[in-house]
Amino acid sequence: MAIDLLIGAVKAIVILLLVLSLSAVLLWFERKGSALIQDRVGANRAAIFGFGKRMGLPNLGIVATLMADPLKLFTKEDFVPEGADKFLHALGPFLALFPVLVAFAVVPIGDAFQIGGRTVQLQAASINAGALYILATIGVGVYGVALGGWASNNRWALLGAVRATAQMISYEIAMGLAIISIVITFGTLDLQDIVRQQGGVWFGWLPRWGIFLQPVAFLMLLTAGMAESKRVPFDLPEGESELIAGYFTEYSGGKQACFMLTDFAEVVLVSVLVTLFFFGGWQVPWLYRDGFHLGTHHLLLPRAAVVIIGVIAFWIKVVMFCWFQILVRWTLPRFRYDQLMRLGWKGLVPLGLLNVLVTAFVVVVATGAAR
Amino acid sequence: MPVELFIFLATVSIVSSLGVVAQKNPIHCLLALILTLIAIGALFIALDAVTVGFLQIIVYVGAIMVLFLFVIWLLNLQAEPVPIGHLGLKFFATIAVAAMAAELFVFLAKTKITLGAIPVVAGYGSIDSLAQTLFGQYLMAFETTSILLLVAVIGAVAVARRALPTRASAAAPKQGAAP
Amino acid sequence: MIVSYSWLMALSAAIFAIGVAGVLLRRNILVMFMSIELMLNAVNLAFVTLARRMGSMDGQVIVFFVMTVAAAEAAVGLAIIISIFRNRETVNADELNLMKW
Repeated sequence: MAIDLLIGAVKAIVILLLVLSLSAVLLWFERKGSALIQDRVGANRAAIFGFGKRMGLPNLGIVATLMADPLKLFTKEDFVPEGADKFLHALGPFLALFPVLVAFAVVPIGDAFQIGGRTVQLQAASINAGALYILATIGVGVYGVALGGWASNNRWALLGAVRATAQMISYEIAMGLAIISIVITFGTLDLQDIVRQQGGVWFGWLPRWGIFLQPVAFLMLLTAGMAESKRVPFDLPEGESELIAGYFTEYSGGKQACFMLTDFAEVVLVSVLVTLFFFGGWQVPWLYRDGFHLGTHHLLLPRAAVVIIGVIAFWIKVVMFCWFQILVRWTLPRFRYDQLMRLGWKGLVPLGLLNVLVTAFVVVVATGAAR
Repeated sequence: MPVELFIFLATVSIVSSLGVVAQKNPIHCLLALILTLIAIGALFIALDAVTVGFLQIIVYVGAIMVLFLFVIWLLNLQAEPVPIGHLGLKFFATIAVAAMAAELFVFLAKTKITLGAIPVVAGYGSIDSLAQTLFGQYLMAFETTSILLLVAVIGAVAVARRALPTRASAAAPKQGAAP
Repeated sequence: MIVSYSWLMALSAAIFAIGVAGVLLRRNILVMFMSIELMLNAVNLAFVTLARRMGSMDGQVIVFFVMTVAAAEAAVGLAIIISIFRNRETVNADELNLMKW
């Protein structure tokens, strides 16, 4: 019993640290990646005692920028505007960050393996309604934004918060419909089970990934996920040139760091969801429980190596989708608010409903499950 | 469910419901209500009603409370000053509520449902069994509920929208400007 | 100790009583509405508890319907509140006394 508790705690801490580290690295990714896209140099001033420059290397400044940015944010003055509700002002960032981080509790990063007669799932909470849990936490994430804007006693912040809330609840529906299509296709709400069903290959070469079964749901989830996390091209609530910073105008220091972290953690969350549902999660093509099966050749590997390869593959896929979202951010212009709402309600929701209808019909016909 | 979990969730829900009733700022009341709903949702999940518990959080906390929040924003409700007056009403209301609570407690303490852990069938509370019951035995109620929701949406839009200009007022300026 | 179902029913009764107190004692219509939601949730808790005790799914289906009806009622009720506010500029229940004799 105590060992189970310890294993659970270790899993939770490890997954949380992985997510937080990836979010922090994404900050640097964003700055250097956007510099690459915009044909400029990017952040290259922070250096640890001139390490890169002295050795004649170009100053990529990864570690230094990673350390300098949060350090700067946390040591800034924590300012609460006059007339603002102090309690809500402090609660906003917490309510924004908590649901996004908690959503990672049901994410399976690898296959289950045996240690000393005990099966350890690489999932902090192996509940069998994982997809519902993800929807629930995404739904609760609305309140941080709402309260952050309201508690700032600033009409532009409130405007940003109202826009952000309306946008988030609109695109939640589209995300929910995409997830429902996936759940109907795979017949289960359990995330580990969905990933397991994406193992194997068709015709000897095509991996049985969700994207070949549900391409429409993939596009919907990616779009709705980017809109949900208010990334460009859906970042009108932040409106960097119109609303100053929208709902987090009046936040500085550690609270702003929380909002930034929420942004990047949601990028990771959307990438993780897309990977789990559509790209096989930790499944690698031709890699089975005991090794690689390539036609007639078999490369047998110990179980631990197979699991570790799965975990590495998962994170590579996640990073690829994070990079894709950063690419989209720095390529597309921003949607106008009515265009955004029109896309959400008149475009994605009917498309999602149609997709659910067609999926359900095909599943019933294909499995002959009419009772 | 473990006793500690029940005591924690019960305390949270009672304290936050008292917060709903007692706070001056409507947004604080809303936050307290959200906390109560999440605690009750957690109680549902602990009672093996997993799907209903998550639906409570997705639907109630994630959608209905956002509706309340939007109305508070729209009406720009501020913290209300200390309410005065109506002491007679409040006195009798308090006595009535206390009497009702006492009656409920006495009634429920005399019930025989004091058994503890009763095993349930596997798959109890899962989305499969909920769907089986919902679309099997309660199909008519389900369809009626969907019509109810449609009517509610149409009604809400019809009641809350701003009045459109009528035909008479739109036609009058044209007549005046024609010659 | 095992959690007895009567504790859960007592909790449901307590939350219901607090909701009733909210409706009777507060004068802000929106807070009265929130207290009504509290009452509905207390009843939901009672239904789920009894469904668990009986081992049947009927209670949970009823909770599903109660949630749906509460959503519809919240939508219509809030629309009415908005309409009242537009006409009367107040959400204090004491000032809505047009039909009082």
